[in-house]
Parts: sequence; structure tokens; C-alpha cells
Amino acid sequence: MSFSSKVLVVRIKAICVLATILTIAVSTVDLRPVMAQGGGTVKVGVLQSLTGTMAISEVPVKDATIFAIDQVNAEGGVLGKKIEPVIEDGASDPAIFAQKAQKLIQEDKVVTVFGGWTSASRKAMLPVFERFHNLLWYPVQFEGNECSSNIMYSGAQPNQQILPALQWGFEKGYRKYFLLGSDYVFPRTANLILKKHIAHDGGQIVGEEYEPLGGTDFSSIITKIRLARPDVIFNTLNGDSNVSFFKQMAAAGLPPSKIPVMSFSIAEQEAKAMGTQLVTDSYAAWNYFESLNNPMNKKFLAAYHKKFPNSAMDDPMVHGYIDVLMWAAAVKKANSFDPNAVRKAATDLAWGNSVMGSIKFAPNQSLYQTAYVGKLQPDGQFSILWQSKQPLFPQPYDPQVFPGKNCVVH
Amino acid sequence: MGDTAVVAGQIFNGISVGSILLLAALGLVLSFGVMKVINMAHGEMLMVGGYLSYLTFHHAHGPLALPAAMLVSFVGATLLGAILDLTIIRHLYGRPLDTLIVTWGISLIFQQGARSLFGAIGVDVTAPQWLQNSISINHGLLAGVDLPYVRLFIIGVALVVLAVVALCIGRTRWGTMLRAVHQDREMAAALGVNTHLIDLAVFALGTGIAGLAGSVLALIAPVTPTVGQSYIVYAFLVVIVGGPGSLIGAALAALCVGLFSATAQIFTSVSLSDVFLLVAVILFIQFRPKGIVATHSRLLEDA
Repeated sequence: MSFSSKVLVVRIKAICVLATILTIAVSTVDLRPVMAQGGGTVKVGVLQSLTGTMAISEVPVKDATIFAIDQVNAEGGVLGKKIEPVIEDGASDPAIFAQKAQKLIQEDKVVTVFGGWTSASRKAMLPVFERFHNLLWYPVQFEGNECSSNIMYSGAQPNQQILPALQWGFEKGYRKYFLLGSDYVFPRTANLILKKHIAHDGGQIVGEEYEPLGGTDFSSIITKIRLARPDVIFNTLNGDSNVSFFKQMAAAGLPPSKIPVMSFSIAEQEAKAMGTQLVTDSYAAWNYFESLNNPMNKKFLAAYHKKFPNSAMDDPMVHGYIDVLMWAAAVKKANSFDPNAVRKAATDLAWGNSVMGSIKFAPNQSLYQTAYVGKLQPDGQFSILWQSKQPLFPQPYDPQVFPGKNCVVH
Repeated sequence: MGDTAVVAGQIFNGISVGSILLLAALGLVLSFGVMKVINMAHGEMLMVGGYLSYLTFHHAHGPLALPAAMLVSFVGATLLGAILDLTIIRHLYGRPLDTLIVTWGISLIFQQGARSLFGAIGVDVTAPQWLQNSISINHGLLAGVDLPYVRLFIIGVALVVLAVVALCIGRTRWGTMLRAVHQDREMAAALGVNTHLIDLAVFALGTGIAGLAGSVLALIAPVTPTVGQSYIVYAFLVVIVGGPGSLIGAALAALCVGLFSATAQIFTSVSLSDVFLLVAVILFIQFRPKGIVATHSRLLEDA
């Protein structure tokens, strides 16, 4: 090979490489969400953990989301198109959630995504939705302290679950509070907020303890509870640790009927899995209970149990269900699938009646909703003891803990 | 509740935690100490024991249900251990790193198996009525101390298992052969000890004890596909601190670890007491790398 032809080959190679780089660059630079799609269907993403530790909680939310999509399709779809769900597995891993979110938006060209459970998964997906100007519907109660225009937060903010429970506690005459949680971001932030409010309202914190995630030994914590003699325990333990805690409390002669326990992560589903007998008489605060007595809820439960006969229904599942209905209503109002138009239309929707009571998206893209406090009965259902006087305005930033911070979406 | 009572209560908690750790670790002491098999699936044997006792409670009721569940878990896990040894472990003898990886794979298979059979959500095992009470001390210096029957029962089981295993190893012909293999495998084989049979017995006994432990621990902890993972780290900790292969060492180590974390938790949180515990163990290993009771075995010196 002569010298010149060698140069030529090098040049051709260089051009090829350059062309490849350009192609990749162009394909990733294409950030426009798809406005309209042919074929009479519109694709939406459903992204939950179908495997791994979180699958217990997230698979039922996925089922409820698909149930809502089927319901909207049965009523004719939206803007004349059927909704086609693209289901992806977040595998209980925040990095995979981010990766799958990008795949749904870029490859499947979905117009919106329903999903996420842990705060870690939401935090991982947030930059993806902001970069691609898409929209995530997040169905789970969380610790607040976050505000993105690319997320619709339908799960409770702290002032819609934790603080109403505290209000209920004060109304009941409880003054001495023991805070117990798993050692990660949600319990720590929740307790930060609780401590400020308990002190402000003249209550007393007689203990604050954290168990490592998945921890099974509570012997020393129970001694501390015995010493502190609280009026009530506010419990933000997560997952299996709850089973150990309640078993060992019962063994120590302190079942929930002796020392009241208010739990923030035990819904109908978890109570059933733990063995109802173990947690009977403990309290929970949510924005939905299966036992809510309204005709819409009864009709919904009948239809749902026809499809999933053995499934319990709980708060996050209902939020997953409602998110789809709200999205469909917003698309109709905007007359477009464009995420930007949809999220604006969603906050403009009028007050509507739902299985969990009267709801509306506030301008900060979180949901106005009613808080309920229930007591677990031996049959696995909560009897509702208390509810907030009206649907509560969602506050991502607690004014006492994060003074001066405000959530304004653009 | 006075200071004396608090300290007494925490000492009881420490002994209780120690007995739980000892039960979880005893099987490992045998398989790791004698065979040098790093059994990462040991936690899953505990899990299997939990599920077997759940199945037993499903079919048996009355005061004898718990002993029956313990027996079923022990026998079931022993058989499982024997099958594992015959099919897999024995082919990896003398390759500790390979056993680590293979048994880790086995643990994953068991976890997924439990998930497929029983669902990702755990099953519900509750202590029988006669264990759901406690001795409360209401008078004197120790007023306020509470001793739950379940915890007393677990301490009792741990002591009985420890005594039985110690008797087997110290007083029986089989135990003598086991010690011979432990001290010098080749020489024992040359003198006519069937080392394969001893390995099989040791491994199966180890998993059997784990199964028994799983059925007892189910009374105070959850039974889920991944529950074994929460015991395995502490079990290895006990084996390392106690000295691999030493029953007395394991018992002392379990007691020390239990008392250490219970005492630390008077002053600090659970997470921090875990940190202190691990730091203490690291320091301890610096000074006594072979654990509390150093066993003299050529097998261990080779490693």
C-alpha cells in the first residue's frame, strides 16, 4: 500500500468515526416529546419494580395502574385513541429506574410515565424527566422537600399524612411521643418535621430511635420504650422490621392495645402479610382506606375484586389508579398529549369526586386530599376514627422546618 | 425502673441476643471450622427452617405444634444439607473461594425458590399461646425488668443445642473421628476414617441446626425469602471472633457480641452500636487473629 492510499484510508476511517459520532449526537439531541401518534393508540409508560425487594409493594400499584388504563380504554380511550401501556421493571434499583425512564421516553416515545415508589427511585428519575421535558406521575406518600415541574406528586405530602396524625394525637390527649423509624431518608425527614411540630404544640418527645433497614432485633429499643412510657409511638419502620417489632412488643407484654402505635407504612396490604392478629388495634394514617364508605369506592372495589379476587386495596394503589384518570382528564382538557400542556391542564381541572373523596391538583402539582386515621380491626380492615375537616392543601416544604422555601412550578 | 434494673434488663437482652446469634452461628462453626466450607447459603437454611415451621403450624395445632415444627425443620434442613453436600459441596472440597461463590449462588436460588413457592411477601408464624407472656418483676431492686417467655425459651434451646453438639463431639466415637479429621485430615484418612462420611455428617448437622434455629427465630422475627441475609453477617462475625471450629469460642463470642450491643444501646442508637461492634471486632482480630479460642489444626495453618 502506497503512502497516499494509507492517508486516504485513515481519512475515510476518520470520516466514518465522525459520521457515527454525529449520528449519535443528533439522535440524542432530539429532545422533543412526541405530540401526536398514529395508529389509533397512544403509548404511556408504567414503571414499577416487578422484581427485587420492592416488588411486594410495587406490583400491586402496577396492577391498579393497568386496571385504570383498561377502564379508560373501555370508555373509548382519550382523544379518540386507545392507551397502550409499555410496562418496564425498575428492579428495586434507582439506577435502573433512571435507565428505564430514558428508554421509555426515547425508544418507546411514551407521552407520560406512571411509576416509582421509593424516594431514591424518584430522585434518580427526576433529572431524566426534566432533561426530556416529559412527565412522571408519582403515587406514593413521601417526605416532601422536593418540587419539580416534571413530576405530578399525587401521594401525600408530610402535611397530608404525618401532621394530621399528630393533630389526631393531640386531640386524643397524647402528649408524650416516641419516634421509631428505619434508618433512611423518609423516617429521618418525617421525624424532623414531627419534632418541630410536637415541640411547637407543647408536646414532649420521650424517645427517638432508628433501626437499620431490615433489622430484626428490637430488645434494647423495647427497653427504652418501657423506660420512656410514651402515650403513643409514631412508627415509620419499613418492611420486614415491622414484623419483628410487633412480635417482640407482643412478647414483652406490650401489644398495640397497651401502648398505642401509629404507623405510616402499614396499609391493608402490609397488615395482611404480617398477620392481622399481630397488628390489630394499631393505628394508621392514609388518604385512602379500603373501608371508606362512599358509593364510588364500593363500585370500584367490586370491579377490582372481580379482576383480582384475592388482592387487598390500599392507599398507594388507589393513587396509581387515580393518576391515570387524572392524566386522561387533563389530556382531554388540553386537547393534546404534550406533557407540558397536560401538566398545566391537570392543575386547571376543577374539583372532582373520587374513591378517596374530593380531590384536585394544586398549582404546585401535588394533590389536595383528605387525611384519614384508622384503627386496624381483626378482619384486616381499618375502622375510620378521624378525618381532616376538608381536603388539605399539599405543602412540599413545611414552613417550620424549611422556612422561606416555596414550591413554584414553571 | 432504677438504674440497676436498666442494667439488669440490658444484660438479659444481651444474653437473649447472644443466644439468637449462637443458634444462627452454630451450624457455621461446624461447616466452616471443620470443613473450611464458607457456606454463604447458611442464612437460607435458617429461612428454610422458618418456612418448614410455617407449614407445620399450618397442619398441626395445640401445645405440641412448636416441638413438631422444630423437629420438622431440623430433619428437613438436615436432608437438604445432605443433598447439597452429596451433589455440590463435596466436589469443591479444599477450594474455599469456590465454595464461597457456589454457595452464594445456592443462596440466590433458594431465595428465588421461596419467592416462587410462597410469594415475595413473607408468611405469618406466631408464637403459641403458652409462649405469649412474660415474667415481670414488680418489687425490689429489679422492679420493671421484664423477661418474655419467648426469649427465655430461645435461650433454653440455644443451651440445649450447644450441650448436645458438645456431647456428640466430645463423648461419642463419631465425635472423636470428627476431631481427628479436623486436626489432620490425611492422617485420619490413613487411619481408616471415612472422611467423606464425616464431611457429609458435619455439613448436614450444620444445616440441620440452622433449620432448627430458623424455626425458633420465626417466633420473634419475620419469615420472608430474604430473612437469612439479616443473620448471615452476624453469624460469620460470631464464628470469626470465637475462632473457627470452637464451640466454646462461638458461645463466648455470641455472648460478648450480644452483651456488647445491648450495653452500647443504652447510650447510643442501633446503627451506631453496630458501628462500634464492627470496630471492636476489627481491633480484636488484630490482637487475636484466631479468635477467642484458637484451635490447633494443621488444616487451618495451611490456609
